Amino acid sequence: MRYEAVIGLEVHAQMLTKTKIFCGCSTTFGSGPNTQTCPVCIGMPGVLPVLNQKSLEFSIRTGLAMNCSISPYSRFARKNYFYPDLPKGYQISQYEHPICEHGHIDITTDSVTKRIGITRIHMEEDAGKNIHEGAGSYSFVDLNRTGVPLMEIVSEPDIRSPKDAAEYMKRLRTILRYLEVCDGNMDQGSLRCDANVSVRPVGQKEFGTRAEIKNINSFRFVEKAIEYEIRRQISVVSDGGKVVQETRLWDSAKGITESMRSKEEAHDYRYFPDPDLVPIITEPTWIESIRASLPELPEAKKKRFIADYGLPEQDASQLTDERAIADWFEASVTAGGQAKSVANWIMGDLMRSLNDENKTIGECSLKPEQLAGMIKLIDNGTISGKIAKTVFEDMYRTGRDAADIVNEKGLVQISDSSEIEKAVDDILSRSQGEIERYRAGDEKLLGFFVGQVMKTTKGKANPQMLNELLKKKLSS
Amino acid sequence: MLRRGLGGPGCRTENERTCCYHVVRSIAWLTWWRTRVVLHLLANFYGRVLKFCIDFHALRRHFLELYQQGIHELRGMLDRRDVTAKDIIDSVFQRINAVEERIKAYVTLTRDEAEEMSRAADKRVAAGNGGPVSGIPLAIKDNLCTKGIRTTCSSKILGNFVPPYESAVTTALTEQNYVLTGKTNLDEFAMGSSTENSGFHTTRNPWDTERIPGGSSGGSAAAVAADECIAALGSDTGGSIRQPAALCGVVGLKPTYGRVSRYGLVAFASSLDQIGPITKNVRDAALLLNIISGKDLKDSTSAPIDVPDFTAGLGQKITGLRIGIPKEYFIEGMDPEVETSVRAAIKQLEALGAVPVEVSLPHSGYAVATYYLLATSEASSNLARYDGVKYGFRAEGKDLLDMYMQTRSQGFGPEVKRRIMLGTYALSSGYYDAYYRKAQQVRTLIKDDFDRAFQNVDLIVTPTTPTPAFRLGEKTDDPLQMYLADIFTISVNLAGVPGISIPCGFASGNLPVGLQIIGRHFDEATVLKAAYAYEQAARWYTRRPAL
Repeated sequence: MRYEAVIGLEVHAQMLTKTKIFCGCSTTFGSGPNTQTCPVCIGMPGVLPVLNQKSLEFSIRTGLAMNCSISPYSRFARKNYFYPDLPKGYQISQYEHPICEHGHIDITTDSVTKRIGITRIHMEEDAGKNIHEGAGSYSFVDLNRTGVPLMEIVSEPDIRSPKDAAEYMKRLRTILRYLEVCDGNMDQGSLRCDANVSVRPVGQKEFGTRAEIKNINSFRFVEKAIEYEIRRQISVVSDGGKVVQETRLWDSAKGITESMRSKEEAHDYRYFPDPDLVPIITEPTWIESIRASLPELPEAKKKRFIADYGLPEQDASQLTDERAIADWFEASVTAGGQAKSVANWIMGDLMRSLNDENKTIGECSLKPEQLAGMIKLIDNGTISGKIAKTVFEDMYRTGRDAADIVNEKGLVQISDSSEIEKAVDDILSRSQGEIERYRAGDEKLLGFFVGQVMKTTKGKANPQMLNELLKKKLSS
Repeated sequence: MLRRGLGGPGCRTENERTCCYHVVRSIAWLTWWRTRVVLHLLANFYGRVLKFCIDFHALRRHFLELYQQGIHELRGMLDRRDVTAKDIIDSVFQRINAVEERIKAYVTLTRDEAEEMSRAADKRVAAGNGGPVSGIPLAIKDNLCTKGIRTTCSSKILGNFVPPYESAVTTALTEQNYVLTGKTNLDEFAMGSSTENSGFHTTRNPWDTERIPGGSSGGSAAAVAADECIAALGSDTGGSIRQPAALCGVVGLKPTYGRVSRYGLVAFASSLDQIGPITKNVRDAALLLNIISGKDLKDSTSAPIDVPDFTAGLGQKITGLRIGIPKEYFIEGMDPEVETSVRAAIKQLEALGAVPVEVSLPHSGYAVATYYLLATSEASSNLARYDGVKYGFRAEGKDLLDMYMQTRSQGFGPEVKRRIMLGTYALSSGYYDAYYRKAQQVRTLIKDDFDRAFQNVDLIVTPTTPTPAFRLGEKTDDPLQMYLADIFTISVNLAGVPGISIPCGFASGNLPVGLQIIGRHFDEATVLKAAYAYEQAARWYTRRPAL
């Protein structure tokens, strides 16, 4: 029997607010334990939460970008459970009235575009961290992260393959980064993913019993963990067994999922409306002003790049994955760089250099106008494409303009035919053996002659002119 | 200047004030060309002589000890430099030393802090910029956080807890340099009606030390009644200010939900809790309410509604004021002496010009059940933070779960555990709709009852409690009987409206009876105006417990 997977993702995105969701503590990552805490986020007696308006705005931005409707009436609820990293004994979250509902985003895999429904987006506070190392038989609790604002983005069970799940995650990340509401770092935990996975025979309408997979902390593992879980469930069902509803933990070292707790052991969170926080009434005019302030989103930008700059879809797609790169590209084109050339240089040499140094485009000392300047030098024949590689490296390293580098190093291309001819004659006069072999049919030797001339001209000979001249002289 | 001359001790009623004013004004007219000093002396002299002639009580009050006075009187004395804040706090602590052993109103006495605070107050008064409570010794219920001063909620689990922050209400008092006498006893986490649920000790009723003072703000009410402070703050979730005020013969006001910031009030049931004053007279309640009211950015549920001067309407006539008498509140089983006192009080209000109107609050019978579902649900969640991990009491355990269980088993008393279990049950999956959600719906009906009644009347008048103070231990074995002690006060919290309890007579055994006056949302001004008119006519405040 053939099986089909049904996948839904619950994604937690840490919001990029400066302060926590219900108090004024800083959200900076990596400070000393419990240094970013106050009576409110530590859950001391008698203190009260006050909503950070920025986190509400960020959630609405995200909802609008994901085609959600924004609830005119929204409430916070308490999710009750005991754990040392949860100082109040409950997490302030949303339950019956989330801020955003009924949205969708489109993903494209293997040139097929699919629409994935967004059930809801709600706000909640993050928990702290228990630290078990170095504490003997005790554990430490660090509450710096407690109260950092999160969005939980819940998808419909519309995903059918591990690859689509990973693509959905990437798309989500791209949108969140465009909106500047989340940095999207899965390895630092600012983007986290739980997957609900079930399988069913192809053609069956009802969903199978699902397992929830937790602890997936990289894009690669999204695919791997789901792949593993699908295989596991299919083998259970094929052997006549039944999948049990449970929570499973992804173990990336072993590459498997393992049972964490069964349905019977599931918590009863006893959700109820938080009486310390008043209902959120969203004014339509405010929503519209947020909508008006949304940036151009990746999908729209991609379409525009194809239409306005004549880029192939592949290029447009790659350039618009990161808003900063797309902006860099446009700045360079605006400064006069030919669009396709700019795209090639960015996707080739620039990305390679950045990746080698593990840098982002924002940290790059090369400016978009400088790349445009270099491309202009290629286009008007001042330097050759080959020389340009050297110039680019210098520019990237030093941040100097291409024209300065070319002048200083004397890299201007030799396009004077008499000068090139002189160099060719000089080489040919010293290469009688090679000339005979060439004429005998070893045409690959053309490269040898080009190389020799380039060597004497320090690579500056106009390659096209050199080629033509050599061919002419050798065949005569 | 004239007003200042007339504001001294003894000038208590608006009638007296008007009378004095006319006399002094005629003299003033005649002597207008003279110096201001002469005028002042004359006004003072004639004012006082007149008052003593027409008011025996004023004469008596003139010879009261400082600790027996109210806020208003003491402020006058401070401004006239008749006394210092140091004199006042010394007098109050002299009283505490004399009676506290018998009353046990306090969990913590703060003599050292009080000395320091009174010195600061004296400086401020000397500089001429004293506020209404500068230098006034006040007691604070021990579920209100005071920075650097132990705040226990009368629970073992917070027995060692010293807050690093100050509640919004005590911050407002501190800004005026009030003087803290100490933290008063309560039923553990404000859950109870007698202070018998305190994790430390039971407070005694100053009128009969074999009886309970009411609760949960029993410590604050007893401290005010026994003159162990000038006034106090309490908190009221289902009657915890009004019921002990009634049983101790003092004034207790629960403001509208949202009128006063709850920041720093250790939560019992967040949607019902409200802080309010417990005082010797209505004017003092209005004075304190002026200070603690208003929107606070630290409490999202505090209301952005303007705060009027609550003392402004005191002394105004109440002619034509429509007072609703809910038929559901005069029930069988009510103590006949309570009923007699309350009926007499209604007659007196009528004599003052108010118009009694029978009203109906048809869902009153569901109030106690509704309250015990909602309050316990919220409490079960609010008290989850006391887990031994971060602060307060921790019992050792063999693992995390054992530590939680030992800490909470040993740290909480039986009533708190009972309510946590009730609330946990009411919120559980599968029961939520039948209990919590249903109770929320009934709460709306109860609120609608009040809204409907208030379309027709300005105030609603009821007994505060069904009986006077009961004996120690009388109801401790029967939680349901204990819960019924709040039967007349609970609806007010569910509806969120303001209510005051003022003394309206005495039952046999010299036990005080309280009259409850309920107003519209955010209309404390009318509640206080009527309460003041009745208080000044009935003069129950002149009777004090013999200690």
